[in-house]
Amino acid sequence: MATTVVGAREIQPARFWASTNGKKAVMAVTGFILLLFVIGHVLGNLQVFEGPAQLNAYGRYLRAVPEILWAVRIVLIVSVVLHIWASIALATRKMQARPVGYANRENVSSSYASRTMYWSGPIILAFVIYHLLHLTAGVVHPGGQFIEGDVYHNVVAGFSVWWVSAWYIFSMILVGFHLRHGIWSMFQSIGFNHPRHTPILKKAALVLALAISLGYISIPVAVMTGLIK
Amino acid sequence: MRVTLKIWRQTNRADKGRFVKYQVGDVNPDMSILECLDVLNEQLIERDEEPVAFEHDCREGICGSCGFMINGVAHGPLPATTVCQLTMRHFKDGAELLLEPWRARAFPIIKDLTVDRRSFDRIIAAGGYISVSTGSAPDGNAIPVPKEAADRAMDAAACIGCGACVAACPNASPALFTGAKIAHLGTLPQGAPERDRRAIHMVAQMTAEGFGGCTNIGECTGVCPKEIPLEVIARMNHDFIWGSWRERDNVVTTMRPFTEWSTGSKFQINEQETD
Repeated sequence: MATTVVGAREIQPARFWASTNGKKAVMAVTGFILLLFVIGHVLGNLQVFEGPAQLNAYGRYLRAVPEILWAVRIVLIVSVVLHIWASIALATRKMQARPVGYANRENVSSSYASRTMYWSGPIILAFVIYHLLHLTAGVVHPGGQFIEGDVYHNVVAGFSVWWVSAWYIFSMILVGFHLRHGIWSMFQSIGFNHPRHTPILKKAALVLALAISLGYISIPVAVMTGLIK
Repeated sequence: MRVTLKIWRQTNRADKGRFVKYQVGDVNPDMSILECLDVLNEQLIERDEEPVAFEHDCREGICGSCGFMINGVAHGPLPATTVCQLTMRHFKDGAELLLEPWRARAFPIIKDLTVDRRSFDRIIAAGGYISVSTGSAPDGNAIPVPKEAADRAMDAAACIGCGACVAACPNASPALFTGAKIAHLGTLPQGAPERDRRAIHMVAQMTAEGFGGCTNIGECTGVCPKEIPLEVIARMNHDFIWGSWRERDNVVTTMRPFTEWSTGSKFQINEQETD
């Protein structure tokens, strides 16, 4: 019955990227870069409450030096690609790792956010694609004409359409869930966990995720309620 | 008290397997669920039926042999308890319990509730040891060990290798097991010289076995009978990342996973003839 040689050694071990631990480390680093972007983006966006002049000036400022703009964009694109690549590889392993499923398996100690990362991630990707087509490229612009450079007008016109706002708010809630797990999980993945500090980190992750999520959601809500027009 | 046990019956890997319901009366509330299975098996043997195969050894919660899913939770509903220590008084009279084996590609089923966990042995063989000179016993206090390090190493060393972490993990990842071994040995000065090598080799073997990857969900620590904390997984990641960075010689080997039994073994299983 022995079909394989017992104790046979192979010199084809999993290197850094091939191992699941290495992929998670890459996801942690790229996730951190994307977190920095998400924080910067929400702070920039909140200038919408200071009026059209301020927001449009901020928009011009971001595009002032194309070299810097594209350097940042390339870093973000590479991060997104690596983050998704690693997650697809991990998801594939997950599907292969339990060929016969349980008739019943209860969750005892995991958070809802952590279990739904594979759902929130792809939906956020779909949102980002839509969002770029809507407000960066101006290809899809429900609710009025897209005016290149008039950021304020494009935001107000877009969010005046109820389903654009609804889709945006839904996606930002998912971003909040994704960050709630991701912000503390990235530290775990690069090897930091401490019985005294990690509980504080988890609370900070919740606060930061809530703040980012609510910061984004405040903009379509303000447009829908007529606070900014 | 009496209980209904809905047990996964599967004669071998070729068999498809199914749940079979058994009524067990005369259950003493103070007996463990393994003893309850013993009672059931005696009845099955009297009726000339095949008894339920399950693994067990010490029956005092320290060997790591026993373990199966009870109503969807590894080792049952009581925290920090192996099934051999789980007494029937924790269930209601007349309760229906669903007993299922650990399910993972790296834990192929042997029979009923018994799975082949040799993948864990191979992960240990890859680096879960320290190299020492043999000979007369060394002086007890020759190497100073900080009390805190000894305590942390002891907490990680509490891992009995039962496999509940893999069973409970949605990814079927053994990160808690591997992390416990890496944290246990790497925290102590005796394990420090091989720290990088250990992490790289054990992670490589873990990957070769076809387990899923840890996504920091934390189901494992919730069912762990020894309450190993998630901290050990971070420790593994830390040692692996830095070990991979410092590594120079590139000589990492992994053992080919094998799931068959060699001929001549007393555990020989003929996939075709067993019924």
